[in-house]
Amino acid sequence: MKVPLKWLREFVDVNLPPKEVADRLTMSGTEAKGIQVIGGTWDNIVVGQIAAVNPHPNADRLRLPTVDIGTEPQTVVCGAPNLNIGDKIAFARVGAQLIDGHTGEIAKLKPAKIRGVESSGMVCSEKELGISDNHTEILVLPADAPVGTPLADYLGDAVFDLDVTPNRPDCLCVIGIAQEVAAVTDQKLHPPEVAYEEAGTPIDQHIAVEIIDADLCPRYCASLITGVKIGESPPWMQQRLLACGMRPINNVVDVTNYVMLELGQPLHAFDYELIRGKKIIVRRATGGETITSLDGAERNLAGNMLVIADVERAVAIAGVMGGANSEVTEDTTSILLEAANFNPASIHYTGQHLSLPSEACMRFERGIRPELTMPALKRATQLIVQLGGGQAARGVADAYPGKREPEPMVISTERTRQLLGVEFTVDQITKVLTSLGFECQPGASSTEVKATAPYWRSDITQEVDLIEEVARIIGYDHIPMTTLSQSIPPRSPALMLDLEQKIRNTLVGYGFQEAITYSLTSLEMLRRFRPQTQQVAPMPARLANPMTAEQEYLRPTLRANLLAALVANRRHEEVGIRLFELGKVYLPREKELPDEPEVLCGLLSGSRNDISWLGDGGQLNFFDAKAVLEGLFRRLGVPASFKPGDDESFHPTHQAAIAINDQEIGVIGELHPKVTEAFDLAEAVYLFELNVTELLPFTAGHSMFQPIPRFPAMVRDIALIVDVGVSHQQIVDIIRGFSLVKDVAVFDVYSGKQVPAGKKSLAYRITYQSPTHTLTDEEVNKVQEQILKKLSRQLGATLRG
Amino acid sequence: MIQQLDELKTKALQELGQIQDGKELESWRVRYLGKKSSLTSILRSLATLPLEERKSAGARANQVKADLESELQEKEPALREARLVSGTQKEILDISLPGRPLPNGRLHPITQTLNEILNIFVSMGFQIAEGSDVERDYYNFEALNIPAEHPSRDTLSTCWLEPETGSDEHTMLLRTHTTAVTARVIEKMKPPIRVIEPGRVYRYEATDATHLPMFYQIDGLAVDKGITMADLKGTLYEFARNFFGEERKVRFRCDYFPFVEPGVEMAIECLTCNGKGCRLCGYSGWIEILGAGMTHPEVLRRGGIDPEEYSSFAFGIGIERLPMLRYGIDDIRLFYGNDLRFLRQF
Repeated sequence: MKVPLKWLREFVDVNLPPKEVADRLTMSGTEAKGIQVIGGTWDNIVVGQIAAVNPHPNADRLRLPTVDIGTEPQTVVCGAPNLNIGDKIAFARVGAQLIDGHTGEIAKLKPAKIRGVESSGMVCSEKELGISDNHTEILVLPADAPVGTPLADYLGDAVFDLDVTPNRPDCLCVIGIAQEVAAVTDQKLHPPEVAYEEAGTPIDQHIAVEIIDADLCPRYCASLITGVKIGESPPWMQQRLLACGMRPINNVVDVTNYVMLELGQPLHAFDYELIRGKKIIVRRATGGETITSLDGAERNLAGNMLVIADVERAVAIAGVMGGANSEVTEDTTSILLEAANFNPASIHYTGQHLSLPSEACMRFERGIRPELTMPALKRATQLIVQLGGGQAARGVADAYPGKREPEPMVISTERTRQLLGVEFTVDQITKVLTSLGFECQPGASSTEVKATAPYWRSDITQEVDLIEEVARIIGYDHIPMTTLSQSIPPRSPALMLDLEQKIRNTLVGYGFQEAITYSLTSLEMLRRFRPQTQQVAPMPARLANPMTAEQEYLRPTLRANLLAALVANRRHEEVGIRLFELGKVYLPREKELPDEPEVLCGLLSGSRNDISWLGDGGQLNFFDAKAVLEGLFRRLGVPASFKPGDDESFHPTHQAAIAINDQEIGVIGELHPKVTEAFDLAEAVYLFELNVTELLPFTAGHSMFQPIPRFPAMVRDIALIVDVGVSHQQIVDIIRGFSLVKDVAVFDVYSGKQVPAGKKSLAYRITYQSPTHTLTDEEVNKVQEQILKKLSRQLGATLRG
Repeated sequence: MIQQLDELKTKALQELGQIQDGKELESWRVRYLGKKSSLTSILRSLATLPLEERKSAGARANQVKADLESELQEKEPALREARLVSGTQKEILDISLPGRPLPNGRLHPITQTLNEILNIFVSMGFQIAEGSDVERDYYNFEALNIPAEHPSRDTLSTCWLEPETGSDEHTMLLRTHTTAVTARVIEKMKPPIRVIEPGRVYRYEATDATHLPMFYQIDGLAVDKGITMADLKGTLYEFARNFFGEERKVRFRCDYFPFVEPGVEMAIECLTCNGKGCRLCGYSGWIEILGAGMTHPEVLRRGGIDPEEYSSFAFGIGIERLPMLRYGIDDIRLFYGNDLRFLRQF
């Protein structure tokens, strides 16, 4: 919302610098985003009058106007087509700062000789002054502009650019802001005085108004002005409209816009002669009804949209846009002027569905009050009569089914203190509310005030609203800062967050970089992980209104977006990459919100080390990935196991399903070469994905302290030969089954020349220990013999010679 | 015999004087004091001597042995010392060479920021609560005083999920603010309440340097008897000075959010210009950090809390902005682009 200071001054005395006014408005809830100073750079520019226009001796397209500026007449060289003797113009002396009409750059005006003729200054276009982009003509000032006056004094202004919050439609106008300024600067508001002559027959003999759908239209007022001459509105009005960002059209339309900007009530002008049956009917659109709106587009209206109609057809989409069939044109002489009130939700719906956001729409949908229609209608009628020279019919039409009496509310000093934490007196409260236009009366007790909101405030419905008014006008700075004095409410432990934190810290400790990727992904990306079936099943949740095709589905896995992050980094990263993300995936459910488990996904690829003089670390592989999870599970105290997996995203034999107590909670493996190829990657990528929500119950509680062993351990190494089909896990499970075995570690795996074909050799270091005594060689030998026997019996293992 | 012993001693001591390392010293010990040393054989041969001579030679032999042993004991630490010192001088290490490479990982800057903020509020007695990213219209809007067709919905442009089977009504959405969690907490928990609610939020918005369709927020809520706006200001100030530093000025102004009344916006003095006004702060000198206010009585009532008995404050902080301000990051898209060259800087 743009508010010129000069306009504001018509309604309130402003004695403070604009910056201070802006700051106070900001603090009290209406943020001033900026102040545009019109004429701030207009030094050396004055109001002049063209006294003569002579031809240029050396150029056909240039002329030599003589400009009277009150002192010595100035002759300049000018190419503009609209040089008329007697016109008031803006004259720039040498030294003035102007915007170059062609380049748009700011330059200081220098003395110049143009085609042999000395130019003592310049007659300025709007563009050169920075008012608009018009550079085809020079700016012609109103005839009453005082010659010789600095242009900044005559035309300059400061325009506040204000951010009005959605609850304050009353502030979407100059008088509303004036009311705020009055309150925050301790001044009085002077509303405009409205008076005009009425004549002829009463208006109800010219027009009837019927509201059929009163739920959507609480009030409809209209006036009639006949004998109007359509033309341009005066320059002062045009300038204000332009300063507020509106385009002047003609005197009648400009008045409706002007009054909307001034008082906040949208108005609409019909060509009275085009209203058939001389009746206005406010009703919902009928099925299949269409209307051509003012912008020339044919609009299909839904049955819940409100229209203004005559006896035959819709003539306007209520509160949103007028119809072409009743538009005010150059030939119009009789104006039917509408000031009505409409249901905010209905207007919002219609504006959104017809994609017709407008200034009027914006005000109606925020809920302006029906009381506002009458003062606005009268003000606009007055201005049309004044500018268009017409005659107002006697009286105004007023259909007002939604009339409600304003109800006083009570604000107590006690409640105010309870909510704000600071005491304000009845006098302070009364003063603030009065300054905002509230009517205040003493309440039932000496600590209460009875306040009735002014008719333009639609946002005040209860005591807290009044308390906010008091707080914001006195200033939030007057509220102290205290710490919560109540005792801390009971807190339950945040187990999930603690687990997430532990996992993140562990992975970071292992050298993984945390990534955060979008929650949305595409079906195409997900399909790349299904090289066999090409089917993404079950279907992920889809957005009804996706922004882009890349962000259409809620991710059912972290794999896709994380791998995409790896791919993006591969363009500039030569070395090994270790990435992880811990975040939600979204799994649709019938009749419920999707399940949103927390998932950990990690991936590794490339060289294990950065290049180093200490030697090449080789390439990252499956066991680097597995080590991460093993380390993590150890840290969490979770007994996880790895079993051959069957996820089609992975290399068929280089993958494992991760289970805890037979519950599968994740996968790990080398991505299928088809998957990496689909992402244009030539390298092997190792990836794991783990459902952290399912992991959580296994991490609950804590284990008890185990005493540190008092007796020494004994270590024995054995090398076994087994069939290649025998797994390490099978061997370890057997060894661990013996009671004195404290630990077992594999330290060599070999198959090749020294081992028979179809066999492999595995070497283990077994640690024996007893909690009760120091072991003897004999004891250990005995156990080890039993172990070997069992390995031989069950797995066909032999001792390597 | 005695002369023999004296010569032996002189020779041994002379040799001992020249010994440089432990190995030589050991062989010296074996040679002169070992089982097969001449001194040992002399001592053994004493038995064959006549009594008188045995006495004097025995004494002398034991004396020599004791002397040699004591000399040896003196020599040993000096040698060990020499060995330890010379050992450190032999090998010269080029300490300018880099160490063995270790992979380096970091938490995402957003995680770091979330942790930092959560810790501040947890230390003030807040408990962390989480909600779901996909929400019902009711909790995201209706329960927060934002009915259908409310203009505030326009600023919270919403990503809707496809209607459930058998319906054409959009009821599920990606929450536009973590205030939706507040609505759930009010409904579910009994006062007193102090919760802090981090999470992802979504907007139907085109991506540019300052806008993302997904970002993070933290909402907070306190409900108890006697909670005031002064408490809200104090709590938020405590957060600001912990996060931005003691000397950073803070400003509270009136603002509007449908779910609070009175509504508050907290801004801090611009970190770039320190309040003088610059492009970053729109020449105002202030940077908006969060929205807050006293929870609207209607919102409490809808969640089953009596606003006459309890009062409450609520606030919501946008997260990305904070590291952007602190580190001078000028493009919000960097956060979820996951470029390692960006992530490694934090």
